[in-house]
Amino acid sequence: MSTQAPAIPAAAPAHDAAHHWGLERMLSVGTLLLFVWFFVSLWRLPGLDLQTVSEWLKHPLAAGPMLLLIVTAFLHLKHGLVVVVEDYVHTVGGRFAWVFVINALSLAGGTLALLAVLKLAVAASA
Amino acid sequence: MSRNPERPLSPHLTIWKWGPHMLVSILHRITGAGLAVVGGALFVWWLVAAAGGAEAYATFAGWATWKWSLIVWIGLTWAFFQHTLSGLRHFVMDTGAGFELHTNKFWALMTLVWAVLLTAAVWAYILVWRLAA
Repeated sequence: MSTQAPAIPAAAPAHDAAHHWGLERMLSVGTLLLFVWFFVSLWRLPGLDLQTVSEWLKHPLAAGPMLLLIVTAFLHLKHGLVVVVEDYVHTVGGRFAWVFVINALSLAGGTLALLAVLKLAVAASA
Repeated sequence: MSRNPERPLSPHLTIWKWGPHMLVSILHRITGAGLAVVGGALFVWWLVAAAGGAEAYATFAGWATWKWSLIVWIGLTWAFFQHTLSGLRHFVMDTGAGFELHTNKFWALMTLVWAVLLTAAVWAYILVWRLAA
């Protein structure tokens, strides 16, 4: 019987974990602050019809934070979903598939949202 | 064997019971996943519809104002408050504070209570005052 410890799978260097931990918290704070701004802004709009929403997003002071919100929120949700999958999915293949799907969908969703805001924001000068 | 109830009970495979801290821990993950999937999808749909023009926005607005969609909006509001409050609690615990048994349970319970109260307050305001006016 072999007493040799199983090979440790290739992992990120140890110091990456602390960096990752810190980055997740920065993203959490950023996401929270930007969501507070987002909900207060929506609350202050006279309505949520297309006219009002597109007028609002034409302003750089609305489009700017909105772009930041999309970046932080989608990175935050991607990190969070990956943490959950890593805790509950124990097969290498399953993990790979889930992490791939999470990365692909959050990247696609974030990109769509960014493009939509940019289109609305640029429409102002057209 | 007598047990000192002031001491935490070590979790074992079958010997454990639900407490507010356990519930809040798993709710943080469930609400986070729910916000990510449902909230993320609706957020993208809303923005893409706005960029797409009147017809696309009307489709979104039609769904968003459908009476049964209210369940989704109220659910997302509660999930947002629950996830945010337990997230703030995690920030405090990240500093190493709040791990004493009583303190830990108390603030876990507070996130549950305040998430429900804030959700009720927001929707009471929207439904009773804003839409009725």
